[in-house]
Amino acid sequence: MLSLIKTMWLVFLHSFSRRETTQYPDEMPYYPPRWRGRIVLTRDPDGEERCVACNLCAVACPVACISLQATEDEHGRRYPDFFRINFSRCIFCGYCEEACPTYAIQLTPDFEVSEYRRKNLVYEKEDLLISGPGKYPGYNFYRVAGLAIKGKGKGEAECEEPPVDPHSLLP
Amino acid sequence: MAKLLIDGKQYEAEAGQNLLHVCLSLGLNLPYFCWHPALGSVGACRQCAVKQYRDENDKQGRLVMSCMTPVTEGMVITLEDPDSKEFRATIIESLMTNHPHDCPICDEGGECHLQDMTVMTGHNYRGYRFKKRTFNNQYLGPFINHEMNRCITCYRCVRFYHDYAGGGDLAAFASKNHVYFGRHEDGALESEFSGNLVEVCPTGVFTDKTLKEHYTRKWDLQTAPSVCVHCAQGCNTIPGERYGEIRRILNRYHGEVNGYFLCDRGRFGYSFVNAATRIREPRLRRAKEGALESVTKQALLAELGAAFKDREKVIGIGSPRASLEGNFALKTLVGDSRFFAGVADKEAKLVSLALEILQDGPARSASLKDVERCDAVLVLGEDLTNTSPRLALSLRQLVRNAPLGLAAKAGIPDWHDLAAREIIQDEKGPCFIATAAATRLDDIAAETYHAAPEDLARLGFAVAHALDPEAPRVADLSPDAAALAARIAEALRSAKRPLVVSGTSLGSEAVLEAAANVAWALSKEGQGADLSLVVPECNSLGLALLAEGGIGRALEAVKKGEADTLVILENDLYRRAPKKAVDELLDTAKRVIVVDHTEHATTAKAAALLPAGTFAESDGTLVSNEGRMQRFFQVFVPKGEIQESWRWLRELMLAAGFGERVAGWNSLTDVHHAMLEAQADLAAVTAAAPDPSFRVTGLKIPRQPHRYSGRTAMNAHINIHEQKPPEDPDSPLTFSMEGFLGRAPSPLVTRFWAPGWNSVQALTRFQEEVAGPLRGGDPGVRLIEPAPDARKSYHSHIPAAHQPSDGELLLVPLHQIFGSEALSALSPAIEQRTAKAALALSAEDSKRLAVADGDEVEVTICGLPRRLPARVVASLPKGVAGAPVGLPDLPSVVSLPERVRANKAVVR
Repeated sequence: MLSLIKTMWLVFLHSFSRRETTQYPDEMPYYPPRWRGRIVLTRDPDGEERCVACNLCAVACPVACISLQATEDEHGRRYPDFFRINFSRCIFCGYCEEACPTYAIQLTPDFEVSEYRRKNLVYEKEDLLISGPGKYPGYNFYRVAGLAIKGKGKGEAECEEPPVDPHSLLP
Repeated sequence: MAKLLIDGKQYEAEAGQNLLHVCLSLGLNLPYFCWHPALGSVGACRQCAVKQYRDENDKQGRLVMSCMTPVTEGMVITLEDPDSKEFRATIIESLMTNHPHDCPICDEGGECHLQDMTVMTGHNYRGYRFKKRTFNNQYLGPFINHEMNRCITCYRCVRFYHDYAGGGDLAAFASKNHVYFGRHEDGALESEFSGNLVEVCPTGVFTDKTLKEHYTRKWDLQTAPSVCVHCAQGCNTIPGERYGEIRRILNRYHGEVNGYFLCDRGRFGYSFVNAATRIREPRLRRAKEGALESVTKQALLAELGAAFKDREKVIGIGSPRASLEGNFALKTLVGDSRFFAGVADKEAKLVSLALEILQDGPARSASLKDVERCDAVLVLGEDLTNTSPRLALSLRQLVRNAPLGLAAKAGIPDWHDLAAREIIQDEKGPCFIATAAATRLDDIAAETYHAAPEDLARLGFAVAHALDPEAPRVADLSPDAAALAARIAEALRSAKRPLVVSGTSLGSEAVLEAAANVAWALSKEGQGADLSLVVPECNSLGLALLAEGGIGRALEAVKKGEADTLVILENDLYRRAPKKAVDELLDTAKRVIVVDHTEHATTAKAAALLPAGTFAESDGTLVSNEGRMQRFFQVFVPKGEIQESWRWLRELMLAAGFGERVAGWNSLTDVHHAMLEAQADLAAVTAAAPDPSFRVTGLKIPRQPHRYSGRTAMNAHINIHEQKPPEDPDSPLTFSMEGFLGRAPSPLVTRFWAPGWNSVQALTRFQEEVAGPLRGGDPGVRLIEPAPDARKSYHSHIPAAHQPSDGELLLVPLHQIFGSEALSALSPAIEQRTAKAALALSAEDSKRLAVADGDEVEVTICGLPRRLPARVVASLPKGVAGAPVGLPDLPSVVSLPERVRANKAVVR
């Protein structure tokens, strides 16, 4: 009998304590920037696509849900012809982000990827590309790479000498 | 054999062989750059350093370069001690100081020897703070992309291109860390073997430009063992597929055939598989004058089955570029007496003659490796660079064998490349080249002889007579030719292992017979002789085993009314016979059914068109000109209704109601068993590769690497539900990444990869010994072995000498590596390198006709009047002219050699 009253008393006390339930989605919780959620493709500080279609994200993906094809513009700059992520397979492990040598692919705090039709979970490059650089604002791969692209000739990257003249006889 | 101690473990190895070769053969991980199994050692990169000890008690040791150190008895070395490991890591670090930050956009990435070696030595951080030197790139033509910044100066490219392949337009420029590998100016690389730079270069300096257009990493390519279809050598290849397209061709090492290298036609001629002119669905012409319409398979088979009732009235035309199985199925469909080889009668006769010479004579049919083992050669009538390029590369190695005796005398082993080349200098072994005009191989020849086919044959007969007086004598031989014949005979007689090379390309039986006489005369001498006869296409010899008689016989049968339906297998008849004859054949026949993979002039006239698979979309067997039967495997499952030719022909028979014999043909093995029963000489077909029931530990062998990416996304835009991988009833391979991951038996090796070895250099793990046979024996079965005591009587039909007559020219066929072969010519990259059709005239004749280079000439070829620009070829003998073979604007030159009249065209 005593325990019954004690329990009711405890329940009564709880009606005055702070509520733990969050009113999601009216109330959005805080997600840290390094949260591993929906994947995006970012752009470099000049506004160009960062992805160079190296295929490292695709091969790192344990569920093989990334598929892409490389192509080039007329100046030799490489970018993906198509870039497809099947989010119905993605496990948000973040291996793709870790493998990416250009900071192009990044995971965002958004995890609300739910659809009535599975087909809508297949994201193409147009769906993945955002207009900013994401978490790494300053980095531009082509500024350090040796490959010449439009607006950056040989020897114009960071830490590079001007091109050598192989016909020169000078030591 | 010598005993040696490596890291405390006892091994046995060939004494005198270099230590790097031995370590790699033993399966040890030792990094290297400048060494290449086919190019030997130069000790330039210092990467393969190991520590050698005086004996087991020596604790100090000294660093030696393993590639430059011969194995001796009781040798004690270690790869694992800290000093040599640090040395190797430092070397990599210094090589990497100038290496650009390019891996993600480098085509070599993922199959890069430099990446592998860097990981192997443990270097991972650039400690060098200063700037990187850079270079400008060059345009090197449609095959090769140049990215010079990535160079680590191993010199392998020039050692292959210049020293091994004889190319003159790639060299090293400048000095110290400015060393530059390129041409003197921008331009296409001239060598026919430039594509090998892709595999020879350990970094991404030289990469495949055709791959770049649809770039795919090695780990994403679905690959299967295949055989090149662009000439008769039967080089082994690895085509790679992604997203339903062939992306590139890589060399597949074969110890007896192609070794480490391919020619550019074989490597870059694959684009026809992806072409827009592919036939992907069945087509039917309902009215005589109507257009071809796409129909379903069922509709087509119903229509054809009904029209097909009278089997007696059907004749089949096979193809030298179709597999044995396809040709055999057609032969089964139409019956033995109504199956004809799909080549000109003359070619059929020539190939049969070549087959007879190899089968019945005492001379051994030489593989490419055999060629490289010989030390003297007579080339009779073949422009090898253009008809069988890979053989030309082997001849370049052959001429080094005799002078390598000098090196051996001086105690220099073969693998000590720099020293051996230094002592050889420009010395060359006996090589005699007798052709109609100068060839790209003439620079290695001791003597050349340029003459009309009759005179070439006469020279050959004279050589045979000089070797063996019983061989028929050549009457009225010019003193020059007689003296040359005597010199050739002497050189061949004194060689340890002489070789005779000839072929069908000049269209002359006498040339083949003369070559046979020389080889047989040499065989009589006792030391034996090797004989290599070049035939026109990848399965010419296989077709000759199945069929007699060419298109002419088919035309006769149709004209006589013996047949009214033609079934043509993978063949453009307009390349095989004069236009008039083919028009007549196709117009007389009531119904023309074509089974092929690509549109051409013959498919345009077909009443029904059945989409066949190319080499990449079907399994089959080819017989190379060595007489080696080799299996090629399907690389990918094509879109549309494409299937193997034999499956189409089987379904045709079933639909027509006389398919009781083929009802049981459910897989390739069933076809092979039928072949076995029908023809005893094809019995080896089942031994060419393991049959479909073959398993390793219960598993099939995967075509996809274990890192194949994008499985659940590549088709997600079409269907979100993932389909199960297609079944493959025809081979022990699967279209998936699941299966046996270890080393497959040699005919089933789908790619060369080993842990830590992602580049093509992983090959050493698949060989019994470096540069030796593949583990478990090289694939394929030789059908033709010599009968050493066979005593065939000599050919005695010696043609009369060529007499230049006024106003008439003897027109001979001239082959071109790029353009003469029909399928490779469809590749855009090959097309860029194809020379325009021109009439080659000797200097005298061009003077007589008053034409200069580029002037138009009127000439009738194969019964059709033509206007062609003239090309003056100084080496052509007087009265002989040359026409290009197989070019799109001049498809058929089958009647050559023939006498023609040429005139300078009137400028309109």
